[in-house]
Amino acid sequence: MMTLKNKIWLAIIACVMPLVSLPAFAQGAVADKWKWLTFLVFGAIICVTMYVTYLAAKRVKTTADFYAAGGGVSGLQNGWAIAGDYLSAASFLGIAGLISLYGYDGFMYSVGWLVAYITVLLVIAEPCRNIGKYTLSDILAYRNDPKKVRIVGALSTITVSTFYLTAQMVGAGVLIKTLIGIDYEISVVCVGIVMLMYVLFGGMVATTWVQIIKAVLLVCASIVMVVMVWSQYGFLGDFLNNVVNDPKVQQRVATLLGDKAKNLSPTELGQIFLEPGLFLKVPLDQISLGMALVFGTAGMPHILMRFFTVPTAQAARKSVNWAMAIIGGFYVLTLFLGMGSAMKVGPASIAAIDAGGNMANPLLAQALGGGPDSLMGNFMMAFVAAVAFATIVAVVAGLVLAAASAMAHDLYVGVIREGHVTQEEQIKAARIATVLVGAMAIVIGISAKGQNVAHLVALAFAVASSANFPCVLMTLFWKRCNTGGIVLGMIVGTFTAIGLVMVSPNLTYPLAVKAANEKIIKAQDEKLVKLNADLVAAPVAADPLIQEKIKTEIAKAEKAKKGAADKIASFGSDTTSIMGLEKPWFELKNPGLYSIPLGFLAVIIGSLLYRDKRAEEMWDELYVRQNTGILAAKAVAH
Amino acid sequence: MTQSSINWVAIDNDPRFQRLHAQKMAFLTGLMIFSLFYYFLLPIGAAYFTDIYKVKVYGVVNVGILFALSQFIVAWGIAFYYTAKAKDFDAMAAELVRDAEKIGAK
Repeated sequence: MMTLKNKIWLAIIACVMPLVSLPAFAQGAVADKWKWLTFLVFGAIICVTMYVTYLAAKRVKTTADFYAAGGGVSGLQNGWAIAGDYLSAASFLGIAGLISLYGYDGFMYSVGWLVAYITVLLVIAEPCRNIGKYTLSDILAYRNDPKKVRIVGALSTITVSTFYLTAQMVGAGVLIKTLIGIDYEISVVCVGIVMLMYVLFGGMVATTWVQIIKAVLLVCASIVMVVMVWSQYGFLGDFLNNVVNDPKVQQRVATLLGDKAKNLSPTELGQIFLEPGLFLKVPLDQISLGMALVFGTAGMPHILMRFFTVPTAQAARKSVNWAMAIIGGFYVLTLFLGMGSAMKVGPASIAAIDAGGNMANPLLAQALGGGPDSLMGNFMMAFVAAVAFATIVAVVAGLVLAAASAMAHDLYVGVIREGHVTQEEQIKAARIATVLVGAMAIVIGISAKGQNVAHLVALAFAVASSANFPCVLMTLFWKRCNTGGIVLGMIVGTFTAIGLVMVSPNLTYPLAVKAANEKIIKAQDEKLVKLNADLVAAPVAADPLIQEKIKTEIAKAEKAKKGAADKIASFGSDTTSIMGLEKPWFELKNPGLYSIPLGFLAVIIGSLLYRDKRAEEMWDELYVRQNTGILAAKAVAH
Repeated sequence: MTQSSINWVAIDNDPRFQRLHAQKMAFLTGLMIFSLFYYFLLPIGAAYFTDIYKVKVYGVVNVGILFALSQFIVAWGIAFYYTAKAKDFDAMAAELVRDAEKIGAK
C-alpha cells in the first residue's frame, strides 16, 4: 500500500510540475497577473480528486471493483456520475457558446441531449443492469457466440471511445491554451496523466467519484452564474425582453443576416435572436443529429457501463431519473448563461477570442464578477476554467475505462484466454489496458493538433447509434436475433456511419475554404479602399482622434486579410479533402438518418440468414431475466 | 452464469409473466413512440413551420421558446410517468422472483 501511495504522490507532482514551470505560457483569456488564481483552483480540484482516488484505490481489489465499483453505487450517486460522465466540455462551454452567438438555434440544439435519456430510461438501463456485467459485449454475448460478438463488440466500443476521446483530448488542449495559454502538448499530457491516475489506481470507484465531484462543481458554477445573471437582467419574461432590446444582440443579428437586415428595426432584429434559423440551416441534418443523439446515447459504451455499477434495476431507473433532472436542469440554465453572456459580454467579443463561442461562459463569469481587472471577476473566471478542466478529465476517465474494459475483459479475458483467468490476472490485464488506452489517447491527442475534430463527436454518436444501439436493442427484445445479426449489424452500422462522415461536409475541403477566404480578402480590400478614402477626406484629416481610429481599423483589416491569405497558403496546391474529394459527396453532417435504419436492417438480415440454436434456446432465460432481475444480484456477487 | 435450478421456459410460460410482458411492452412502445414524436416535432417544426414559432404569446416570448422549454417539461413528465407505472411492473416481477425456484420445479 505504501508503494501505491508513493506512486500517487509522484504522479501528482509529475502532473503539477508542468503547470508550475512558467516558461510554457503564452497569451490566454486569463490575464498573466491572475493565472496563479486559476492554478490555485486547478490545484485544489486535482488535490481533492487525487485524495478521493487514494481512498478508492484501497477499495479496488477485484475485477468487479475495478470495472463496476463492486455494484455498490447508489441510484442518486450514479445519477450524478452519469451527468458527470455525459456533460462534456462541449456541453458546458460549447452549447452556451452557440446560444450566445446564435440564440434560439443553440438552445434547440441542447434539447436532444436530454431527450436521449428517455431511450436510455425506457429500454436500455434496466435490462442492461439485469443481464449485464462489465461491458456492452457482456450483454451481446449472453445468448450469442461469445467469441464472435465480443470481438465485434469490443472493436466498436474501442472505435466509439477513441473517436470521442480524441475529440475530448484535442478540445482539452485547445481549451486550456485559449484559457490560460499553456502549450497544447503540455495540456494534453497533463489531462492524460491526471485521468490515468484516477482510472489506473481507483478504477470505477475513483472514476465515479471524480464524475460526481465534477458534476456538482459544474452545476454549482452554473447556478451561481445564472442567479447573478437573473439579478441583473430579470427572470424569464423580463430577461428575454432585455435580450431583444440589447444593442449588442441586435448588432449580432444584423451581422448574421447581412443584406436582409436593412429594413428591420432594432427590436425586430433582437426578436430574430429568439427565433429559429440563424444557425441550423439544413433541416434534414437537424433531424439526423436528433436521431444520432436519441439513439446514440443509449449505445455509448461509457454510459452503458455506468448501469453496471448499481445493485438493482430499480437503482438503475432511479439513477437515470436523477441524471435527467441534473442534465435537463443544466441545459435550461445554459439558455440564461448563453443569452446572459450575449448581453453582458457581447457576441462580437466572444467570437473574437474563439469563433465557436467556447469562451462565452468563462468571459461571462469574469464580467459578472466585476470585469478583467477585479479580483472577484478573475476568481470566477479561474473557477469556471478549472471546472471546464475537471469536466474534460472526468469524461475522458469514463471513456478510457470503457475502452480498457473492452480490451482487457472482452478481447484478452473473453476471446484470447476464453475466460480461464485468475482474479489477479484480470485486474492486471485491466490496468495494462488502461495504461495502453491512456497512452494512446495522449499520442493521438498530440498528433491531432490543429486538426478539425468536430466530426469526431458526430462520428462517435453515429457509430454508437448505428451499430451498438441496434445490436443491444435487438438482442434484448427480438427472439430471432442471433450471432449473425450482431456481427453483420456491428460491421454494417460502423462502416456506413464512418464512411458517410468521411465524405460529408465535416471534413475540410480546401477549395471551399479557399473560396471563403478569398471572399474575406475581397471584402477587406473593399473596406480598405473606403477607409483610405476616408482618411484623406477633408473633415477627418483635421481631426487626429478620428484619424487614429481609422488607422486602427485599417490595421485590423490588413490583419484579417493576411490571416485569410495565410489560410489559403496553408493548403498549398491541395484541392481535395483527405478522402480525395473536391466537395462533399454526402450532404449531411450527421449520417444517422441513413446509417441507423441500415444498422437495424443489417441486424435483421444477418439474423435471418444465420441459424443459431443457442440464441433461441437462451431467449427465455434472457427475456425473463431482463424483465424480472432474477439472479441479477448474483451476477454482481461473482 | 447459467448454472441454476431455475426453469426459464416455465417462467416465460407462466401467465403472470405473460401478463407482465404484454403490459410492459404495450406501455413502453406507446411511451417511446410518443416521446420520439414530440421531440422530432421540434426540429421539423423549426424547419418547416418557422412562422408559427415566431408568433408572440406574451411580450417577446414566442411559441418557439415555449415549445423548446416544453420539451424539458415533457421529458421529465415521461420519466415521472414511467417511474410511477414501473412500480406496478416491479410488484409483478417481485412475485415472479419470489416464486422463481418453484415455478416449473417437479
